[in-house]
Amino acid sequence: MSADINKLEQLASQVRRDIVRMVHGCQSGHPGGSLGCTDYFVALYFHAMKHNPSFNMDGIGEDIFFLSNGHISPVFYSTLARAGYFPVSELATFRRIDSRLQGHPTTHEGLPGVRIASGSLGQGLSAAIGAAQAKKLNNDNSLVYVLMGDGELQEGQIWEAAMYAPHNKVDNLIAAVDYNGAQIDGPTNQVLSLGNLRAKWEAFGWDVLEIEKGNDMASVVAGLDEAKARSGKGKPVVILLHTQMGYGVDFMMGTHKWHGVAPNDEQLASALEQLKETLGDY
Amino acid sequence: MKKYTYTESKDTRSGFGAGLLEAGRQNENVVALCADLVGSLKMDAFIKEFPERFFQVGIAEANMMGIAAGLTIGGKIPFTGTFAEFSTARVYDQIRQSIAYSHKNVKICASHAGLTLGEDGATHQTLEDIGLMKMLPGMVVINPCDYNQTKAATIAIAQYEGPVYLRFGRPVVPNFTPADQTFQIGKAVMLNEGKDVTIIATGHLVWEAIKAGEELEKLGIDAEIINIHTIKPLDEEAILASVKKTGCVVTAEEHNRIGGLGDSVAQVLAKNLPTPQEYVAVDDSFGESGTPAQLMEKYGLNAASIVAAAQKVISRKK
Repeated sequence: MSADINKLEQLASQVRRDIVRMVHGCQSGHPGGSLGCTDYFVALYFHAMKHNPSFNMDGIGEDIFFLSNGHISPVFYSTLARAGYFPVSELATFRRIDSRLQGHPTTHEGLPGVRIASGSLGQGLSAAIGAAQAKKLNNDNSLVYVLMGDGELQEGQIWEAAMYAPHNKVDNLIAAVDYNGAQIDGPTNQVLSLGNLRAKWEAFGWDVLEIEKGNDMASVVAGLDEAKARSGKGKPVVILLHTQMGYGVDFMMGTHKWHGVAPNDEQLASALEQLKETLGDY
Repeated sequence: MKKYTYTESKDTRSGFGAGLLEAGRQNENVVALCADLVGSLKMDAFIKEFPERFFQVGIAEANMMGIAAGLTIGGKIPFTGTFAEFSTARVYDQIRQSIAYSHKNVKICASHAGLTLGEDGATHQTLEDIGLMKMLPGMVVINPCDYNQTKAATIAIAQYEGPVYLRFGRPVVPNFTPADQTFQIGKAVMLNEGKDVTIIATGHLVWEAIKAGEELEKLGIDAEIINIHTIKPLDEEAILASVKKTGCVVTAEEHNRIGGLGDSVAQVLAKNLPTPQEYVAVDDSFGESGTPAQLMEKYGLNAASIVAAAQKVISRKK
């Protein structure tokens, strides 16, 4: 399927506006990773995935996605709303009392598009593997996607799952690592070095693909197309998605400091000046 | 005292294995996972008949819980199998977030619970699992008493929608409940009607409670004996009806006194009908190596302990 890159970029700009407005609105949440992964989410939901916004938990016959690093819920929620899973106006309830848009994604309040709770890190890859194996049992040829943070790879369960998937030839699975090199306490190479990630995943038996420009829409689209082409060949696929935390808002870029901090009124105004309103704010 | 007899002693884990096979035959969505303990969990028959529906995950329990949660998305009914310690404490956060909070239809099946695991010692003898699991909102907690009841429970939970913790054990114990029983989740089983004291037991302590009832009868004490196989949801109605009649209660379980069946019963009574209660349970300690019988005697989890507790609690009645 050929992609309209311009259209996807416009969507991404609106999603980024949603993110900063949501986090500003409740004065909490995680803008940094959300902004960095916006291009991936938009390319995934508006180009790569075959999915149905009239949500069904089992997702039979459609591609399904799991967010393992649940703290980047703003980008997930905005993408789901913009894709038609629930009204865009509901984004205004993010992190507020009685909302379906909890701080971290959950099935508990019945938000369409979310298939498992995440937030406590390291668990999403295992769930995605289970869902992929269920698809195989159901003779369902569609794919399962999962996104993890790079700091999240410090959790041991990830590597239990990383060992399991190639052994069991779970090749209907496309994992991605948000490789932004930053986590709450600082750069990953200072907090706990990830070492040679490509070599690690390859050693575990994965087909590794890198998207060097994870904030360039055309590159992300091409990367996802390539990942899909590599699926079904006996190995699970993992994308090392090189992104920049805070991408799109100049003062949030190049630092880990905006991992989990909300902008004030002035900062919001500055951010919105940099992000074009393309589809109408919620 | 009603007479209970049995023709054979069997392990409850074998009841699980037989129940899993039957559940698998009844519903093709039933799948099983194991973390390198297939023989101990008696899963061989299921694997032989349904190899494509079995997932060996290796020694990686956290991953097993996550995969089980994922398998429910697509309509599968996963049964996970490992020892009780590794089914609960080791993977509590995975169960809490990916299964309980996410309300996934996973059946967490846990063998070798309690002291009767025996010689392996305290590292493997969980005495905290009932407490851990009952604290999770929406989690059903079941601890059947013998082979037949464990088999029936395994079949029943496959038909129930929602997360379940099923606890069973390693040693052979008298198999005295009917082979054709229907297992009703959350429904107490009245084993003997009496008027002097209520004995509420779960798991391996149920047979000990029956033996205690026979001893108490010789002492002129008429004990009411209830098998609580489902600790959550608790059959409050049955407990209150019995205690109204007897005015005192003994709870018996192979678990820490803190957080187990006894605490659940005490909570019901404190709220509705404050009543003298004695606990037959492990008194806030770890276990140790030994034979199951030696351990149950040393830690006071047998018929003699139940008799003593019954006499004590009767003396506390006003």
